[in-house]
Amino acid sequence: MSEKAFTPAEFYQFLGEHKLMGTRCRQCGATFLPPRPLCSHCHTGEMEWVELSGKGKLTGFSIISIAPTLMLAAGYDRKNPYCAGFVQLEEGPSISAQILGVDVCRPEAIAIGTPVTVAYVERGEGEAKKTYLAFQVEA
Amino acid sequence: MTQRKLGRGVAIVGAGMSKFGAFPGLTSRDLFVEAFKELRASIDKELDANEIEALYIGNYTSDLFEGQGHIAPLMADWVGLTPRPATRVEDACASGGVALRQGVLAIASGLYDMVLVGAVEKMTDLPTERVTDTLGTAADVLYEAAAGFTFPGLYAAMATAYMAQYGATPDTFLKVGMKNHEHGSLNEKAQFGQRISDLMEGRKKSAAKKGQPVPTWADELEFLRDPRANPTIAWPLRLYDCSPISDGAAAVLLVSEELARRFSDRPLYVIGSGQASDAATYGRPTLTSLPAAKRAAEQAYAMAGVTPADIKAVEVHDCFTIAEIIASEDLGFFAPGTGWRAAEEGVTSREGARPINSSGGLKSKGHPVGASGIGQVVEIWKQARGEAGARQLPGDINLGMTHNVGGTGQTCVVHIFERR
Repeated sequence: MSEKAFTPAEFYQFLGEHKLMGTRCRQCGATFLPPRPLCSHCHTGEMEWVELSGKGKLTGFSIISIAPTLMLAAGYDRKNPYCAGFVQLEEGPSISAQILGVDVCRPEAIAIGTPVTVAYVERGEGEAKKTYLAFQVEA
Repeated sequence: MTQRKLGRGVAIVGAGMSKFGAFPGLTSRDLFVEAFKELRASIDKELDANEIEALYIGNYTSDLFEGQGHIAPLMADWVGLTPRPATRVEDACASGGVALRQGVLAIASGLYDMVLVGAVEKMTDLPTERVTDTLGTAADVLYEAAAGFTFPGLYAAMATAYMAQYGATPDTFLKVGMKNHEHGSLNEKAQFGQRISDLMEGRKKSAAKKGQPVPTWADELEFLRDPRANPTIAWPLRLYDCSPISDGAAAVLLVSEELARRFSDRPLYVIGSGQASDAATYGRPTLTSLPAAKRAAEQAYAMAGVTPADIKAVEVHDCFTIAEIIASEDLGFFAPGTGWRAAEEGVTSREGARPINSSGGLKSKGHPVGASGIGQVVEIWKQARGEAGARQLPGDINLGMTHNVGGTGQTCVVHIFERR
């Protein structure tokens, strides 16, 4: 694989292609999501891109009623809340993302440890169009 | 852990704060002057302000809140202290605590003998959604804000992890808020200094006055469970689980140990200081503890040579109710997973065995983010000198502690103080 710069811009570029990409240290093998250009474990190794399985489990979440402007623009608000959460991937690293496929009216029924799979959400129009990371609760 | 000591002793000889609240028409400089005036009045003996050699000003983001950057020299000018060096310190909501640490280090280094540490935030000029966005910049904007996380949302996610791991319920959090409002009702500086019971009775009266059906809440807990009285912000956290949007300032005067008695009959010595950093919330091994807070506390305890049991008064960073429970464990007052039971059993109230946030905490007193870390020190100053009025804790409050958090724990700073 060509080694594009290990930047957020490239990460989001990959997301646009519906690929969840992290980086792996060639020296010590540590895997990072989000990708980072310097290994924070061994501080020395060169990085390479690695595609992640996209499978993980929910480690924490919230049903958010008072939304930031980004989510207001996406149509969410007090009457239409959404779930944001933390997911630990099979490969080890954890990441934050919108969680799809949960009943936001019954948050007490959402279990920590629930298995999830990567999903992609497109938001914005024209040049502002961007793909965001999400995870779907398995049916 | 290596036991670090300060190069020389440092003491607080004066402390003051503005009222915390929403003050249309008042800017950062007005609030800072108010805090400085109270600080001056708190000094036991004569102070020539010209002896102050430098200023450290904690502030999160006057740039985004007020459209005013570069505020440290402005604050220096407004209290008549130019041309002394004035440095702004920013670590989100830990800006105040970290500014204190910078002031302590500057005196301990021998460079200065007298330093003013101030902290200020003016948040209420912006509408709520822009405050939400602005606070969100203290998280990882690229990966947490993009996920739709707000600050209440991040702490709410910690709350869900804590509930699942240890058995706390949303009611547990409501009880922390009730306790802090009870404390804050005795603090004249508090932004929301009403008991939850008073708020409930107020709602009933207001409904009766308007000829509307009067709600029949049996008690405070039932009131707080009612979504009309206490709407959800980010489940499981409701409005009364969240600290408010606030304006306020606070300031302390630091001197070298040798000078302490020249200015004060009862100085407050800074005997422990610790600070640590951490990854954004998603990048940590746990959601039920702030590793940086534990590390900062270990450093502070080691420097001070004291244990959690020795601490008489503690102000913790309860930006959200869950944060107080986690803090009470990270600081070693309760074992991991047991802080919620202590909160439910009243152990952390003023009358309990381990009183936490006698000031009312950020929840009731208010949370002008960058100023909160110094606001906490003002409470310890008052408690240690027996000047806390109706909320004075019983016994000799000779040892106090402050725990100040930036973001969700990317920065944590802990101080221990001894009154001699």
